[in-house]
Amino acid sequence: MGVGIEVRGLNAWYGKNQALKSIDMTVPANHVTAVIGPSGCGKSTFVRCLNRMHETIPEARAEGDVKVGDLEVYGADTDPVEVRRRIGMVFQKPNPFPTMSIYDNVAAGLKLNGFGNRKQISELVERSLKMAALWDEVKDTLHKKSGASLSGGQQQRLCIARSLAVEPEVLLMDEPASALDPISTSKIEELIFQLKQHYTVVIVTHNMQQAARVAELTGFFLMGSLIEYDKTEKIFTTPADKRTEDYITGRFG
Amino acid sequence: MRSRFQQGLDELRDKLLRMGGLAEQAIDRATEAYRTRDAKYCQMVLTGEHDINQAEREIDELALDLLAMQQPMAIDLRFILAVVKINADLERVGDQAVNIAQRVLDLISEPEVQLPVDIPRMAQIVSTMVQRALESFLDGRAEAAEAVLQMDNIVDRMKDEAFVVLVQKMVNDSHLARAALNVLLIARALERIADHATNIAEDVIFWVRGADVRHGGAHYRA
Repeated sequence: MGVGIEVRGLNAWYGKNQALKSIDMTVPANHVTAVIGPSGCGKSTFVRCLNRMHETIPEARAEGDVKVGDLEVYGADTDPVEVRRRIGMVFQKPNPFPTMSIYDNVAAGLKLNGFGNRKQISELVERSLKMAALWDEVKDTLHKKSGASLSGGQQQRLCIARSLAVEPEVLLMDEPASALDPISTSKIEELIFQLKQHYTVVIVTHNMQQAARVAELTGFFLMGSLIEYDKTEKIFTTPADKRTEDYITGRFG
Repeated sequence: MRSRFQQGLDELRDKLLRMGGLAEQAIDRATEAYRTRDAKYCQMVLTGEHDINQAEREIDELALDLLAMQQPMAIDLRFILAVVKINADLERVGDQAVNIAQRVLDLISEPEVQLPVDIPRMAQIVSTMVQRALESFLDGRAEAAEAVLQMDNIVDRMKDEAFVVLVQKMVNDSHLARAALNVLLIARALERIADHATNIAEDVIFWVRGADVRHGGAHYRA
């Protein structure tokens, strides 16, 4: 099951540049929450702080309280690897391991996490591919075909399956459909809707219609600050802040 | 992209205001027909209906295009929804003006009789309501729209009073029944135009503030 996320006073920097300024945000469990905003507003930095991916960039650092379920993400004793297992991430560009088979792509995370039991791995691979709505399309070529041989939309679902295999509680998606055609996009969106039954989903998107279609809550970021965070219907019909309205109606710049 | 979209929104606003002008003109002509008992004004209302119907179609078409092509959000989306609803109300205003013109034609086919109902005064209030509702749309001013809502009660009361007086006339004086019925239907048509003006004002408030003020009270999205 998904867990909620509590963010309090989150600040992030790239060297001397502050990318996030005192973000407070409560993301409810088993909901889809969208993060929108113009380029450079800090939305990707924000999700990358949730699973400590941000600090993997040289000179990047983050401070503040992030609690994912009972896990203190920035706790002194917290292992970042464990954080990233519990909080999976899907990126803009599908990035399957190109030479590995479909099966091995999904099993990779399990093997890295020390899973040895082949039967158990097989079950998890099948379950993850089913959950990612890819099973029916690849079940006959699991070992024969490589991850790179799939279409872009299938590759992205493969990456989602790979994230799901290690049984995370939260799934972060950074522009997961921006490189896909409308049919693949629609499949990913349908999938996101299904996934929230089992996971908490946070999605970064430039596509406001996409945020409106998939997310129950939407947060608008601008210059490193969270300007407005509310029910998606409210944000897209009657936003409270003029800056949100200007952005979503294209009056910026 | 915004500037092309803004052009579309401006065009939509201009078309709606032109249609509003046609609807106001229809009310004024119908009132003039009643006041002067001149069939010429009735004919102008009847032939003018075509233009109002044509305008309604054009506005709906443009609104549909903007919704499909621009996928508007927030205040833009509320604006287009408001225009679509105001458009329907203005078309109905045109229909009610036609109803009045038809009743006047029937009235003037008979000798003139005196009835104790001040239709021109009622028509003047109703016409002012439509005009102010459209001005509030032009200026995007919710306060001006709120003033229109207050006026609706006056028109409702005038219609109720006319109803009592005219029914009494019909009962007491059967040779006045036909004229009384016509005037009663005119009063009812005016009262309905006032309702449409009220709807227009409510739609302006929805567009500007995002608040639903229909059916009493202000409902803001939670």
